[in-house]
Amino acid sequence: MWDKSIAELRTGLRAGEFSAAELCAECLDRIGAAQPRLNAFVTLDAERALAAARAADEALEHGEDSDLTGLPVVHKDNFCTAGLKTTCGSRMLADFVPPYDSTATANIAAAGAITLGKTNMDEFAMGSSTEHSHFGTVRNPWDLDRVPGGSSGGSAAAVAAGLIPFATGSDTGGSIRQPAAFCGVTGIKPSYGRVSRYGLVAFASSLDQAGAIGRSAEDCAWLLKAMSGHDPRDSTSVEREVEDYPALLDLDVGGLKIGLPREYWHGIDEDVAAATMRAVDELIRLGAQVSEVSMPNAPLAVSTYYLIAPAECSSNLSRFDGVRYGHRCEAPRNLADLYSRSRAEGFGAEVKRRILVGTYALSAGYYEAYYGKAMRARHLIADDFRRAFESVDVLISPTAPTVAFGVGEKEGDPIAMYSADVNTVAVNLAGVPAISVPGESASGLPVGVQMIGRYFDEARLLALAHQLQRATDWHTRRPEEIAGEAGR
Amino acid sequence: MSNIDPQTVAHTARLARLAVGEDELDAYVSHFRALLDFVADLTEAPLEGVEPMAHPLDLQQPLRADEVSEPDARDAFQPLAPEAADGYYLVPKVIE
Amino acid sequence: MDHWQPVIGLELHVQLKTRSKIFSAAATAYGAEVNRQACALDLGMPGTLPVLNGEAVEMAIKLGHAIGGKIAPECVFARKNYFYPDLPKGYQISQFEQPIVAGGTVEIDGDDGAPRKIGIVRAHLEEDAGKSVHDLFRGRSGIDLNRAGTPLIEIVTEPELHTAREAVALMRELYTLVMYLDICDGNLAEGSFRCDANVSVRPRESTKLGTRAEIKNINSFRFVERAIDYEIHRQIHRLESGEQIVQETRLYDADKNETRSMRGKEEAEDYRYFPDPDLLPLRIDPAASERIRAGIPELPAGKRRRYRDELALSAEDVHQLVAHPRLAEFFEAVVAAAPGVEPKRCANWVVVELMGALHKRDLDIDSSPVSASMMAGLLARIADGTISGKLAKSVFEGMLSGEGDADQVIAARGLRQISDSDAIRDVIRGILADSEEQIAQYRNGEAKVLNYFVGQVMRATRGQANPGQVRKILTEELDNE
Ligand SMILES: [Mg+2]
Ligand SMILES: [Zn+2]
Repeated sequence: MWDKSIAELRTGLRAGEFSAAELCAECLDRIGAAQPRLNAFVTLDAERALAAARAADEALEHGEDSDLTGLPVVHKDNFCTAGLKTTCGSRMLADFVPPYDSTATANIAAAGAITLGKTNMDEFAMGSSTEHSHFGTVRNPWDLDRVPGGSSGGSAAAVAAGLIPFATGSDTGGSIRQPAAFCGVTGIKPSYGRVSRYGLVAFASSLDQAGAIGRSAEDCAWLLKAMSGHDPRDSTSVEREVEDYPALLDLDVGGLKIGLPREYWHGIDEDVAAATMRAVDELIRLGAQVSEVSMPNAPLAVSTYYLIAPAECSSNLSRFDGVRYGHRCEAPRNLADLYSRSRAEGFGAEVKRRILVGTYALSAGYYEAYYGKAMRARHLIADDFRRAFESVDVLISPTAPTVAFGVGEKEGDPIAMYSADVNTVAVNLAGVPAISVPGESASGLPVGVQMIGRYFDEARLLALAHQLQRATDWHTRRPEEIAGEAGR
Repeated sequence: MSNIDPQTVAHTARLARLAVGEDELDAYVSHFRALLDFVADLTEAPLEGVEPMAHPLDLQQPLRADEVSEPDARDAFQPLAPEAADGYYLVPKVIE
Repeated sequence: MDHWQPVIGLELHVQLKTRSKIFSAAATAYGAEVNRQACALDLGMPGTLPVLNGEAVEMAIKLGHAIGGKIAPECVFARKNYFYPDLPKGYQISQFEQPIVAGGTVEIDGDDGAPRKIGIVRAHLEEDAGKSVHDLFRGRSGIDLNRAGTPLIEIVTEPELHTAREAVALMRELYTLVMYLDICDGNLAEGSFRCDANVSVRPRESTKLGTRAEIKNINSFRFVERAIDYEIHRQIHRLESGEQIVQETRLYDADKNETRSMRGKEEAEDYRYFPDPDLLPLRIDPAASERIRAGIPELPAGKRRRYRDELALSAEDVHQLVAHPRLAEFFEAVVAAAPGVEPKRCANWVVVELMGALHKRDLDIDSSPVSASMMAGLLARIADGTISGKLAKSVFEGMLSGEGDADQVIAARGLRQISDSDAIRDVIRGILADSEEQIAQYRNGEAKVLNYFVGQVMRATRGQANPGQVRKILTEELDNE
């Protein structure tokens, strides 16, 4: 069952070929078997999941099913899940069990999906390798010595290894798309405001957006449809109807104008660039028209991002003070000691670096030079997209400059890690949607092709990706079986 | 951008309420310098006259009706606290 | 002493009387059990997000119009970052560069008695913090977040006040204003209206401001006056003995009547304000703003002018009546229900008799046992001569103790005034027949004796004779003999 698409699983469940309980048990088995090698999970919720699966079977039997009834799903560990530990990959929240749900995961549950557990991630979503988790490094199922990308590395690795059909992720500067690229799966970051941020533990509020990771654009379409929608509890969520993404996958993409942004090809590995161009050639065969466009301010994007994101994070993470929840140091001498030691112990190295840089960028005398400047550059970067979308419908680029790098390879050089976000961060600064789909590389390791759309043009992005995937088999390739011995 | 010294980092750490040991200061100084070098393309870009953009979407703040709908949930939240008594969250005594 | 000029600016924190908090749907009611009105957002739980209360915005717009300020077509919420246990998110959502109200003025009576316009710099929306208790737990402070997130409007005045009395006058005027606007419950003891005062002194001829001290969180008019007075004297003392003023935050200790330094901060706070990315710019539709403006009732300044110019009330009565909107409303209802009675007389009865009686019984105008229409009824009986002013006081007593309206009390107590001149003349003649000595004195030019006779007549009629008539007939009888 585990390698079936969402469409096949939906049909199979309804035809009685297998039960939700069987599907759930199989996924839990595979997760358990792969965990020692991948470390993709922080928490499993087996008992409740199996009970929910049995209830789903009842519902299916009585024809009381919804879109995702009986389908297993896992969530990145920065979505609050009521009664289920939510750690954000941090010692700070190692024992945190929220009494409330994020809107996104509640929406998914309301569509009938069953939560099996929570996936590992870079601490507070800060990182591009999932090496910065209090719960250990996640491994790439294609090569256990390589990183899965990050920060949604646990979700991407779990989908790639066939442990779960789809998973949620969050993307602040590429955290869905880059791990999707490194793990050979499909990941979509929708427009800012499409999915509620309520209950998604904030990293950088003006950039964070939840999204979906799956084995195909079609599978992502189902999950994105379920999680999206206006939420009165998130002021930045948009009052706009959610399109029926799965129903729109066959939208006509012939004649679509595709732009290749000139600035997105600097420092890209040849193999990755070639894979991206192969995808472009396929799209031409499907009737798309391709032209080169310029995004003149794109080179400022990484710098802009690495000032805005830390600035917002420095403030967003102030609430972790050891008073109402979370880690508290032993025997604080006084209030100042309580704060500074609880926070120093609770946060890992990368989070602390970003809090400090962000605090500095906002501090008296430096605000204009750093944060202020970054806000101005952000305007130019967003305008580049607006201008480009006057002449093209979709922009295409490599998702990441390389294939997955080695575990530990960029340790001790955070700036090198930041530089690798060069093609993903501008999308978050502008708030536009983007999807990463697997391409075909010469190395055999996964590469990602990024497609960027206009605001709220998710349906078109998914349709384009879906039709590319219908014409090729790149997204169907699987790593060697990690959960093999689970095939009892 | 090398006006970053250990005192700058120590001051910033105090603002952020992060205990940073003397032995950690140098590593942070290096990181600050590297990062500020890294973003120099931006800090040196001529951006006068460009409006700052705080939000990706040009939307306005929605308003909520003035209604009370949050129930008392103290019993759900307070068990999460490292230290609480008689309904209060406790911290080391604050002397004013 | 005269060499120095104090310069005072105020920051007033006014709790808005919304039902729910400014960014969450938890209740704002005062006095709930500890932490039972603090929802996930108020506790700063991870992932929670603020959504703005429209009622708080409307109240801020009202205030802005009332002080003649400019309502920003677009304003922005900013985070003020600092760590304190009663501030659960580690930042306060406030407004910084783009407040909802800019500019405006408030008029007060200056120390010289002449009216003075004091400039308002700005008014902005923000959230209140929680409360810490320091005396309940050994070695621990307890944190109660019920108040966290209560909407506040912070009003910042120009540093244009020069005495503690002017400062209090301004605070009172703004207090009266927010009561008229019905945007604050006005409960000073519960902290609904709090004042921070920035105080400095400078040589009178100087135009440069001196170093200021900020006195935090004073929540009574009396204490504001005392605290500022103390602080002015402290500063002058220091300067005259050649010492410097330190820029610092000071706390007023009402028991000792002194201000003292709050925390010896080695470095100034750096709040790192930046636009709150969880909230979007607030746009205010000019039409909506205009609708709110049109709904504002007559405000204290206008009311005072009208009472003085059109109703010819005394300065003291104007002052008293306008101080509270419910009192002014009561007074106006009396005037409306007693068409033949001079407003001045109505004012006198409301201010002296009613207010005095309520004060004695520790009641406020809303719980007055005498309604405006009852009061008007009483005044009408005086006007038509049914009772004298003196009898009226006893009728009023009866009304206060629940004996009914004026007519019921008059009937029950038999207090109808005797205006029948023949009856009065009979009584007078009887008295004069026994008063040869006094008549002689009167004829010798001792006019005072007339009062003695009036008193005798009133006693004989148990106060029910019409005193005007008594005087008139007495004079006739005495002069005719
Ligand atoms: Mg109150
Ligand atoms: Zn304030």
